[in-house]
Amino acid sequence: MAAAVAMAARGCGGVWRRARQRGAGQPGPGPGPFPRGQRAVACNARGGAVPAGKSGLVPWVPVVGLEIHAQISSNSKLFSGSQVQFAAPPNSLVSFFDASLPGTLPVLNRRCVEAAVMTGLALNCSINKKSLFDRKHYFYADLPAGYQITQQRVPIAVNGSLSYSLCIDNKMSQMVTKTVRIKQIQLEQDSGKSLHDDTRSQTLVDLNRAGVGLMEVVMEPDMCCGEEAAAAVRELQLILQTLGSSQAVMAEGQLRVDANVSVHHPGEPYGVRTEVKNINSIRFLAKAIDYEIQRQIEELENGGTILNETRAFDSKLGCTVPMRDKEGKQDYRFMPEPNLPPLILYDAKSLPANMNHQQVINIDWIHERLPDLPSVKRKKLVEQYGILPEHSFTLLNEDGLAEFFESVVKQTQMKPKKVIGWILKDLLSYLKQHSLTVKESPVSSFLLADLLNLLEKKEISSPAAKQVFMELWKGEGKTPLEIVKEQKLGLLQDQKELEQICQAVIDGQENEVMAIKAGNQKVLNKLIGLVQKKTEGRSNPVLVKQLLEKKLSE
Amino acid sequence: MAALGRVSRLLLGAAAPRSLPARGMAAAAAHEEGGARMWKTLTFLVALPGVAVCMLNCYLKAQHHHERPEFVPYSHLRIRTKQKVSVEVLDHLEQLALVDFRDSEGVERLQKAIQFADQLHEVNTDGVEPMDSVLEDRCLYLREDDVTEGNCTKELLENAREKVEEYFVAPPGNIPLPKLEERETFLQGSK
Repeated sequence: MAAAVAMAARGCGGVWRRARQRGAGQPGPGPGPFPRGQRAVACNARGGAVPAGKSGLVPWVPVVGLEIHAQISSNSKLFSGSQVQFAAPPNSLVSFFDASLPGTLPVLNRRCVEAAVMTGLALNCSINKKSLFDRKHYFYADLPAGYQITQQRVPIAVNGSLSYSLCIDNKMSQMVTKTVRIKQIQLEQDSGKSLHDDTRSQTLVDLNRAGVGLMEVVMEPDMCCGEEAAAAVRELQLILQTLGSSQAVMAEGQLRVDANVSVHHPGEPYGVRTEVKNINSIRFLAKAIDYEIQRQIEELENGGTILNETRAFDSKLGCTVPMRDKEGKQDYRFMPEPNLPPLILYDAKSLPANMNHQQVINIDWIHERLPDLPSVKRKKLVEQYGILPEHSFTLLNEDGLAEFFESVVKQTQMKPKKVIGWILKDLLSYLKQHSLTVKESPVSSFLLADLLNLLEKKEISSPAAKQVFMELWKGEGKTPLEIVKEQKLGLLQDQKELEQICQAVIDGQENEVMAIKAGNQKVLNKLIGLVQKKTEGRSNPVLVKQLLEKKLSE
Repeated sequence: MAALGRVSRLLLGAAAPRSLPARGMAAAAAHEEGGARMWKTLTFLVALPGVAVCMLNCYLKAQHHHERPEFVPYSHLRIRTKQKVSVEVLDHLEQLALVDFRDSEGVERLQKAIQFADQLHEVNTDGVEPMDSVLEDRCLYLREDDVTEGNCTKELLENAREKVEEYFVAPPGNIPLPKLEERETFLQGSK
């Protein structure tokens, strides 16, 4: 704790800062799906071994395991009836149980259990029909009871898997699918928030978040670099958002990730691991893991040892720093929660006949009502529209883009394969440039479909279409047709006029005509260029070429 | 003494319920004599025969031999090993749970508690599911996801010694107990 305070004094200005330990951090920049920035470690996506550093000849194998806490999207908290809301006056959403006043007891929220079961089913876990609650004891100001109710012995879901894809190379052309095993999913309480006031040497505690339901997803250490971890977390985020069990926005602290990193030589046992906390966005996750792997490799190659410690990621410096002072290994003194009987879940076979419907959670009933997971949606898009898997990835990655794409395809005659180019290259790049979401796009799907129809009917040329698009982006409410008329971008439809211009060009360029008649076809392009200039770009190049060829062969 | 007199008068008054209540002092004096006779009668006719009957009963019972139950050396009643808790463990406990064992009596109490619980080891529990609560067969009640509590900031902060703008105030992080060597605890002496 002293280290955390010192860290604050060193790096960050300002009197108030949020707790480093609980990771409710500042909003980070938007997550990219495949962070490709400066990677300190070249992770071989196939094997995972890193070529050795300066000295050694033996490669290092990094091992990364993740612990993810996802805040359950519900109206009230896990064990009490106070509201769950992000920003609210301090200590206004706190009940007597959350403040752990004596005489209060926990009452389990049905919605949280359903959310955990949905997530477990989506991650191919086996759901434990009987799960138990335990107490995990440790002292901290934002944990008023001195213990956290969690599920350590028998959690609600175990042994699942999460499949995610990532690009092998930087060009987004080759995708490989990987799987990480899920060890368990458990329900637990969140703690409150601490605001550190260093000038007055005190901590201000806000219990609004204390008691909110969390799903802890524990992954096995199957990953080998920051990029894999980032892709896995992104996929989990999409799954949670699709299910609706969590909104999983890292910037608001609804998704918190802790990474366990270690390195070892192939064939040898696992090395000592360190835990990296305080990661506020997916991009920082990749950076933090890569930095930590590099740091450990350098430390070991220089003959040092790795301490089993907790480190925090400093996003400004891009490095990890030690966090807790040497408390030694924490002993959480787990004990069964005496106030809660076991949680029993049922399926279609074991459903009790005479029980109150509201008290029964039927796993099969929930399973039937699961929405399409992202991987299924991607497959459907590829099958239905014939687009590439990489495209479907990008479509689902942006919130609302897939729906936009589908509505454009419905309203236009252009083939989906061509539409996707417009969506991904033009629309998306514009949105990114102006930092807008799909919902905020000034160009609606209707307008874009209109424009693409004009292009498809060959009423305008491709460069003209791009110009119209730029005009549409200004959001002045004009339709593509109006813009085309205004700026005279329409292709010349009058065949005769076109023929006249072609003839004029031919007549004016005698040398080139002779060269073409002699056999040099490349000069034809020059003639086409001249026609384009004369028509101010309003001629269809294909048509022009046909006309010129016809005339020259006469 | 005066109280005794009052009590005896009360008893005597109760002992002669059928006599007419409207009597003078002379009548009361006469009554005292009657009360003593009653007690003499009770002693000789009820108490002493009762004692004699009980004595007879005991004698008769003692006559037919009781089989003494066979002596079984139950291991849980013969635990001879005394668990000694080391100073490191005690120090660790003090740090974790923030208790203070204060003096040797506190430690002794802890040892006795551990010994008492150790009797459980004598039972063979192979293949038996551990029970953590007698409520294990009860149904865990599931609450509907409605907002029913909260908005009691003022009440919650009433008990807080210090507050800043509706926040609770706490020291800047955990203040760990100083190491054993630096603390003033009786544990230091015993090694």
